[in-house]
Formats: sequence, structure tokens, C-alpha cells
Amino acid sequence: MALLEVKNLGIAFGGLKAVDNFNIAIEKGELYGLIGPNGAGKTTVFNLLTGVYQPDTGTMELDGTDLVGKAPADICRCGIARTFQNIRLFKKLSVRDNVKVALHNDVEYSLLASIFRLPSYFSREKAMNEKSREILEVFGLEKYENAYAANLPYGKQRELEIARALATEPKLLLLDEPAAGMNPNETAELMETIKLIRDKFDITILLIEHDMKLVAGICERLTVLNFGTELASGETSAVLNDPKVITAYLGE
Amino acid sequence: MKVDKKIIVRVLAIVLSYALITFLLRMGLLNRQYTALLIPIGVNIMLAVSLNLVTGFLGELSLGHAGFMSIGAYAGALFSLHVEMPALPSILLAMVIGGVTAAVFGFLIGVPVLRLRGDYLAIVTLAFGEIIKSVLNALSFTNGARGLSKIPLNANYEHYTIVFIAVVITVLVIANVVDSRHGRAVCSVRDNYIAAESVGIHVSRFKILAFVIGAFFAGVAGAIYAHNVGIIKPTTFDYNQSIEILVIVVLGGMGSIKGSIIAAIILTALPEVLRGADDMRMLLYSIALIAMILINQSGFKEKLLERFHSGKKQKAGE
Repeated sequence: MALLEVKNLGIAFGGLKAVDNFNIAIEKGELYGLIGPNGAGKTTVFNLLTGVYQPDTGTMELDGTDLVGKAPADICRCGIARTFQNIRLFKKLSVRDNVKVALHNDVEYSLLASIFRLPSYFSREKAMNEKSREILEVFGLEKYENAYAANLPYGKQRELEIARALATEPKLLLLDEPAAGMNPNETAELMETIKLIRDKFDITILLIEHDMKLVAGICERLTVLNFGTELASGETSAVLNDPKVITAYLGE
Repeated sequence: MKVDKKIIVRVLAIVLSYALITFLLRMGLLNRQYTALLIPIGVNIMLAVSLNLVTGFLGELSLGHAGFMSIGAYAGALFSLHVEMPALPSILLAMVIGGVTAAVFGFLIGVPVLRLRGDYLAIVTLAFGEIIKSVLNALSFTNGARGLSKIPLNANYEHYTIVFIAVVITVLVIANVVDSRHGRAVCSVRDNYIAAESVGIHVSRFKILAFVIGAFFAGVAGAIYAHNVGIIKPTTFDYNQSIEILVIVVLGGMGSIKGSIIAAIILTALPEVLRGADDMRMLLYSIALIAMILINQSGFKEKLLERFHSGKKQKAGE
């Protein structure tokens, strides 16, 4: 069975069917791309998968767990983490603390332990620091550890968002336009990083992207959305050469 | 090592400030006017630091902090008035009862307003403060508009040690909570609640946590206030009182506990210090307030510090 199984997913905002009859099945370890013109409903799909919106129709299952009706925080615990199209970092927290927030459910101690500074506070905080450093090192962000997240350069902020998502130890990582606003060099670097984290953290990745070079370079399979419905899906090269897809992007 | 240093600085600050207060009192260096300021300063520190948890760290503007203070004050005062006990256990219990009652109300108000954010939450907390005032005015056991009087003065300047300890506990507890996984979660809700949810933070839980802790210490501060002044009326805890606490927090800096403490001391003492100016007093107070906020928030301070630091570097280079 696939890791993520979505069937007949749909949501309407007023009269607008933002996503309609959307199906996807992602196998474990896969690098899957979700593409489509602006306003096609890609981010809405992400918001449905992470519980920001509740679907009107359809089912979503991650590893056999039903995701419909769950709150975003609970879906995170089920094993889905995400990044955002418009970066959403905890700007007034340090880079390290951004990752440590994501470790919240993983390394626990009680409120009393923090008020009275019990030994468990110190040992768990130490574990958190080590763990966050490990994750930051993957992205070479450890030298910025104490800087405010808001003061990082743009590309680093994107990476920090991915690092923060990885800290929740997800089974499935959703990346919403990870290469947006990056120059070609940064994009090439990002492609390597995405492949690296898939292998290193042994996770499955679903990504939204407009940069076709990146999509063609790393995604194994694709689904193309247009006006909220699926236009095509399958092997990357086949989909990208599909006349329907080319028409959707470039017009007749 | 870094943690150790922080603890040493804290302990030093606590011991030194206690020694300073004791010295000033014992040597009779403070006149009556300034002696009477000691407890209000402590109360305002507690109020400001606890409001800072809600406004500075959780990022929600609360205009009803005086409401929590009044609940604590009335609960504590009613206890002392009705239960005969030696002074020390009596004031301790009054503080705990005041805090717990306020915390319960903090929870009750916290739950429905969780769905609100920003301006709307501010208006609701404002309304909450006014409701408390009206209810205290209407109830018979709170003695209506006449309020409660002859409350034993178990927390006046003669008992400054108890108040000092209460202030220290407030500051330490809130500082410790802020610098923990719970505090980070609270701050993450402030910075971006959608992202906080996406990494598994239950936003409502931490909003309530901040509200309840903030209300608890406001309640304790209220109980101390009641046992310092001896008379409380519903009108003491009006909207102006909430705003005054907020001014302290804003002046000291959102999310800065140290700032709240310093601002609470300055803003409590300033009106008394300016008493010599007579008619011009409130005018001078307002001007001083504007000047302090300008210096603090307009980047002027940074420029000054920069110049200071570069000057030092140049000297070091020579």
C-alpha cells in the first residue's frame, strides 16, 4: 500500500471548486512533484493534507491513518511536515530555537520541570540542542545558530524552514515551492539537498514547484493540476511531454 | 558554563537589590513618601512581568489585566477579613487564594477568546475588565461600590521581605517558563501560529497556558495591593489601571522581562519624584514618558550604543 493515499479529495470556497476529485498515491521513499499553473490549487492541496482546511469530500490516509478531521498539530504528529510558499519562520526566535520548537513533541519534560529547573530540564534541553545542531549541520546552518531567523539571507531562511520541518521526524515532507526566489546556483544546490535529505532521513517528499529544471531533475513522478482538477499524472518525462500539459502552461 | 553564569548574575541581582532595600529602610534614608512606594513598585513589577507573558511573549494584546488584579485583590482581602490567623500565614494564604482565583478566571476568559486574535481579543479583554468591575459593584459580599476596608496591612512596607520574595518568584517563574519548551511554543504562536501548528504545537493549549500564568501572578499582585493599601473599591481597578500596566510593558519592551522590571520601577517612582513640580506634574510625567519611548524605540539608543562601542574599540586599538 502507498504511504499517502488520497482519493476523490475536494473543497469549494463559496462557488469556486478550488480542488475537485483529486487523487494521488505516493509510495514510500518517492520524490513526487505537484505542478500546475498559478491558481491551479496546489497549495490548497497542501493545506488540505495538513489540516489547515477540512475537505468537503474524499479521503486521505497516511500509512493507513485517516487524516480527515484532524487538527494541523495532530497531523504533524501523524508524520506530515511542511514548508510554506511564503516563508513562515518564527522570526523573533533564534535559528536554533526555530528547530527546537519543532522538537517540542519529541523531547518532552513537564511544565514543573521548567519552572523549578529540575534535572530533566537540563538533560532534555541538552538533548534538544544536540539534535537541533545535527539537523542544522545538514544544511550548513549551524554557524547561524544564535542569529534571529529574520536576519538570515533569503535562501538560508528557506533551508531553515526545511530543517524545522525535518525536526518533527516526518514520514512525508511537503515542500511548497522550495526554489521560489532562488537564483540558478542556489536552485542547483537545493536540488542536491532535497535528494540528500530524502536518502539521509529516509523520508518521502511531495513538492510543489514552478522551476521545471528542478522538477525534471529530481521528481520521479508528477501530477499536474489545472483549475483544481488533475490534468495528467505519471512518470516525469512522460507528463512533461504531454501535449495537454504543455497547452495548460503555454496556451494553444 | 553559560548557564552557570546566568544563575550567578541572577542570584547577585536578587541579593544586591534586597540588601539595598534593607539598607535604605534600616538607615532611614527613605522618607515616608518614598517608603510608601516600595510595595507599589513590587506590585507593578509583578503586574508588568505577568502581562508581558501574554502581550510580549504570546503576542496578544490584553487590556483586562486590572480585572485579574481585582479578582486577586478581592479574593485575598475577603479571606483575610473573614479568617482569623497570624499575619504571616494569613498573607501567604491570601496571596495563593488571590492568585488561584484569578487563574481560574484567566482560564474561563481564555477559553472563549481563544478564537479571537489581535484587535478583537483586545476589545474582549477590555470588556472583561469592565464586567468584573460592574459585578464587584453589584455583589453584596464585596460590599458594592463602597468596597472592602480595614483589610489587615499584612503586605505593607514593614513586610517588604514577603513582597520581595513574591516578586522574585514571579520573575523567576515567568523567566524560566519563557526559556523552556513551553515558552518557545508560546513564542512560536506569537511569531506565526500557522507554522506553529504545522510543527505540532497545539496553539490553544499554549494560549491558555500563558493566560492562566499571567492571570495567576496578576491575582497575587492584587492580593498584595489590597494588603498594602487596606481599602479596595471596584473603581480602583478600572480601565486606566490596565492601560498603566500596558504602558509599563510597552516602555520596557515587549518580550523583555528585564525591561518590564526597570520600566515598572521608573514609572511607579516618577510621579512621586515629580511631585515637587506641582501643577506641571502630570504634564512632565507625560513628556518623560514620550521621551523615554522615543529613546527606546526610534533607533536613537542603538546609534548611541554604536557610537559608544566604536569609541571603545578605537581606544582599544590605540
